[in-house]
Amino acid sequence: MSSLTRTQRIWKHLRREWQLYVMLLPTIVWLVVFLYKPMYGLQVAFKDYSIFRGVAASPWIGFEHFETLFGNDQFIRALRNTVIISFYSLLIGFPVPILLALMFNEVLNQTFKKSAQTIVYLPHFISSVIIAGIVITAFSPSAGVVNTVIGWFGLEPIYFLTKPEWFRPIFIGTGIWQEAGFQSIVYLAAIAGVSPTLYESAVIDGASRWQMMWKVTIPSIMTTIIIMLIIRIGNVLEVSFEMIILLYQPATYETADVVNTFIYRQGIQAGQYDFAAAAGLFNAVVAFVLVMTANSLSKRYSRTSLW
Amino acid sequence: MTNMNLYSRGDKLFVIANMVLIGMFAISTLYPFIYIAALSLSSGFEARAGKVLLTPVSFTIEAYQYVLSDPQFWISYKNTFIYTIGGTLMSLLLIIPGAYALSRPQLFGRRFWNLTVAFTMWFNAGLIPFFLNMRDLGLLDSYFGIIIGFAVNGFNIILLRNFFESVPQSFEEAARMDGANEFQVLWKVYIPLSKPAIATIALFCIVSRWNGFFWAMVLLQDEDKIPLQVFLRHTISNLSDDQEFGATLFNAAYSFETVSAAIIVCSIIPVLIVYPLMQKYFEKGILLGGVKE
Repeated sequence: MSSLTRTQRIWKHLRREWQLYVMLLPTIVWLVVFLYKPMYGLQVAFKDYSIFRGVAASPWIGFEHFETLFGNDQFIRALRNTVIISFYSLLIGFPVPILLALMFNEVLNQTFKKSAQTIVYLPHFISSVIIAGIVITAFSPSAGVVNTVIGWFGLEPIYFLTKPEWFRPIFIGTGIWQEAGFQSIVYLAAIAGVSPTLYESAVIDGASRWQMMWKVTIPSIMTTIIIMLIIRIGNVLEVSFEMIILLYQPATYETADVVNTFIYRQGIQAGQYDFAAAAGLFNAVVAFVLVMTANSLSKRYSRTSLW
Repeated sequence: MTNMNLYSRGDKLFVIANMVLIGMFAISTLYPFIYIAALSLSSGFEARAGKVLLTPVSFTIEAYQYVLSDPQFWISYKNTFIYTIGGTLMSLLLIIPGAYALSRPQLFGRRFWNLTVAFTMWFNAGLIPFFLNMRDLGLLDSYFGIIIGFAVNGFNIILLRNFFESVPQSFEEAARMDGANEFQVLWKVYIPLSKPAIATIALFCIVSRWNGFFWAMVLLQDEDKIPLQVFLRHTISNLSDDQEFGATLFNAAYSFETVSAAIIVCSIIPVLIVYPLMQKYFEKGILLGGVKE
């Protein structure tokens, strides 16, 4: 071996293992064309982009778009809304799947448990267009079931989706309704991993089921809970903007518009690609820092990294 | 949990209260779907008056007749099938060989290639550069653009790579003895052994393709190429914006509400058909997802 030069060794390796590289090539080409090339395209954030000149030939203008961005009230508002919506989703939505998992764990009738799980996982697989369609129908002022029920109490119908103060409760509630069941799977798996001997000794000590839940189950899944919390905090900028696009309207922008919906309107709808790309770059960099921090924190917490 | 036959009265109360709470959660999950189904089968007049709560009022299938007689509905349904089948096959074609190569210890620069994949999960250029890139590639308004443009994601590659890595070496030794090359080892040994992992990835691809909306809306302008989700969205927003159209519907036996509900039902049904099959896999899939770098 040592008599061969480096180049000769590489050639020998390639002749033997060329098939592996043929297999790898399409995947890598795809990543470069569809994900890495757009990263190169992020330079429009620092350019006066012209469709006719293209990305590379447009003139540089430095940080001008970022200066405009941070002087733009709508952007600041979108940033604030993103953080507020994420924060409340986390505060209200984070405990729900944990509770659900704990509750499922206490069900002894397997048929009941399986059927209930089948039902609560379902909304995760339904498209956001359909979920939004259901929300729009259910909350509509004349025909919707919500206003019918409100009517029973003698209250005036509310046109919920045009009221800024109602947007966040409806959006966050919809998110919990759609995802809480599915998110409980992670905790159920953690509970399934708890050693049965812990429960057995608790039974011998005369613990009630309620006490076992608090003294055995919850402490045993604490690591999972903390890791999930760290991930959620790391993804704080990831508001499901597709759902927001489907539910918001100009009347509710003040509470509903988030960074990604702002980018969509400014960039794709209004054609200010360079300015919108600057907002996107800011978003991506902050998200990157948050995710990497979250990853290293959870690595420290659980020894195995998440990725 | 086993051997729980020692119940105090407090325990029994706890178990019952717990079942009631779960039952309530399950019912509140299911109710919106029942409501939509009831709405789709009610007359437009009753629907508009807010009379439908749980069961159809003045039962009629006019809303379905209206939807099913719209050629645009069938075009978009066909398109959704094209994107779902084409997209899923494209994903598997790109992901499986790539994941296999990345799982082989003898691959030169393995750390670098893995990092190339993993980095795409942490950093994303965002909407605008992706859109401009698709436009520059000439993939706007094209079936192929939708099918190829969203075929790969780093998470699926890593998930499958980990699965391949967990296959014991001894399984491939017999094939190697017979002089099988890498393609044959992948095809005859690894793919059959990894059916659950591949099925999980395929099912997740199918669901995300079936439900895909945002990029289809952005990239496709031609009405003949839009998928069902975009058609549904157009219908809901057109019907609610166009007062005149809303009024013509109101006079008939169907209304904007019942028509939207009927389209919603039509697009949920295929998901409900595949759902039991998927349930076998997705719990496992999520657990496979607890992956390492």
